[in-house]
Amino acid sequence: MITNMDHTKLSVRERIARRAEREIKDGFYVNLGIGIPTLVANYLAADKQVVLQSENGLLGIGPYPAEDELDPDLINAGKETITAAQGAAYFHSAESFGMIRGGHIDLAILGGMEVSGEGDLANWMIPGKMVKGMGGAMDLVHGAKRIVVVMDHVNKDSQPKILRACSLPLTGKRVVNRIITDRAVIDVTPDGLRLVEVASGYTVEAIKACTEAELLVAEDVVLDAF
Amino acid sequence: MKTIAASYAEAIADIQDGATLMVGGFGLVGIPENLITALVEKGVKDLTIISNNCGVDDFGLGLLLRNKQIRTIIASYVGENKEFERQALSGEITVKLIPQGTLAEKIRAGGAGIPAFYTPAGVGTPIAANRETRVFDGKEYLLEESLTADFSLILASKADRMGNLVYNKTAMNFNPIMAAAGRMTIAEAEEIVEAGTLSPGTIQTPGIYVQRLIAGRQTKRVEKRTVRA
Repeated sequence: MITNMDHTKLSVRERIARRAEREIKDGFYVNLGIGIPTLVANYLAADKQVVLQSENGLLGIGPYPAEDELDPDLINAGKETITAAQGAAYFHSAESFGMIRGGHIDLAILGGMEVSGEGDLANWMIPGKMVKGMGGAMDLVHGAKRIVVVMDHVNKDSQPKILRACSLPLTGKRVVNRIITDRAVIDVTPDGLRLVEVASGYTVEAIKACTEAELLVAEDVVLDAF
Repeated sequence: MKTIAASYAEAIADIQDGATLMVGGFGLVGIPENLITALVEKGVKDLTIISNNCGVDDFGLGLLLRNKQIRTIIASYVGENKEFERQALSGEITVKLIPQGTLAEKIRAGGAGIPAFYTPAGVGTPIAANRETRVFDGKEYLLEESLTADFSLILASKADRMGNLVYNKTAMNFNPIMAAAGRMTIAEAEEIVEAGTLSPGTIQTPGIYVQRLIAGRQTKRVEKRTVRA
């Protein structure tokens, strides 16, 4: 049974994923993190040629397999069975992170628990809870040319996730370029966070009210942007 | 020509308590299933395991965990395993979590004779606390030492009698770099063919890194079956 709440939740994730798709330019090599970032692939415009990297050793992620083409040896970083796109390449894990750290990936879209006003990202552990590991996130935040974090604007208790300083242990310091939430698009600039887009149903003031970090408002801020 | 072990028990006969093992695989893909089962049957304990993950509760390295044979695990992500969580929280096992790219490079460096290197991953985070960093060209990097192992247990799709290996798709993952970083590398291959059968240009791990071979069928359990309609 799908409840109303599930519908709302789903549409929030969809809204974020659809907006994040617009970050991806024709010709880009892109790494998508686990969770909402993975959904972005579902909305990729057909006229863009994009190569998706999977850090377990694949350049060129294709769609999920049909039942009869499923290969247990072919998975993405989230361990889901996938296919390889036309022109894909396989490689080992050191090569994979060499291309990540070496600055060859144009864009990484990652999930986030908290982002600070200086672009610090926390997305790998909550003290007191079981630590499962950082996977490739700490490498990715330093390697990709551009880091976009996608997340809900506030947490389950309606508290801001965009903070003056992260309270959770960091994944990387001053690494985030842009934050896309269900409510807004915010850029990390040398002067601080700059609000550049406001989603339908919200106002600039409403975004400021649910953001702890100081927000500059871009002169050309787009309202009703997505 | 490399030694082809007659049984899995023979393939791992010289692995003793307290050994350091690298085990290939990402999730359940590319793990040497039968060599892991042989370790469970042999019952060697106090093992230090270097592997990206630690299997699931009832498959892969999770079997060694359940049997309490692991003393220390060095990995990048260990979710999806309740028994792991229990042993880690109770202090029965020591867990060292390392960024995946750093883990891969530590292993690559170990096999390539590089004792240490600098990487940006982890700078400014808890993993860099009280550790040596250095600034190059205005950016801070963390010193990381390489890893080697007493034994590397890896999975190939095909091996030839010279120990040359090829892998299937994303089952390659950590296997080639671990092959080079093990003092004794035992390769489980889905198929072993005569020397000369594999085209030299397609070899992914040259036989120099492999000391022992065994052929084995894989179950290839799927962790997350995702298909399109």
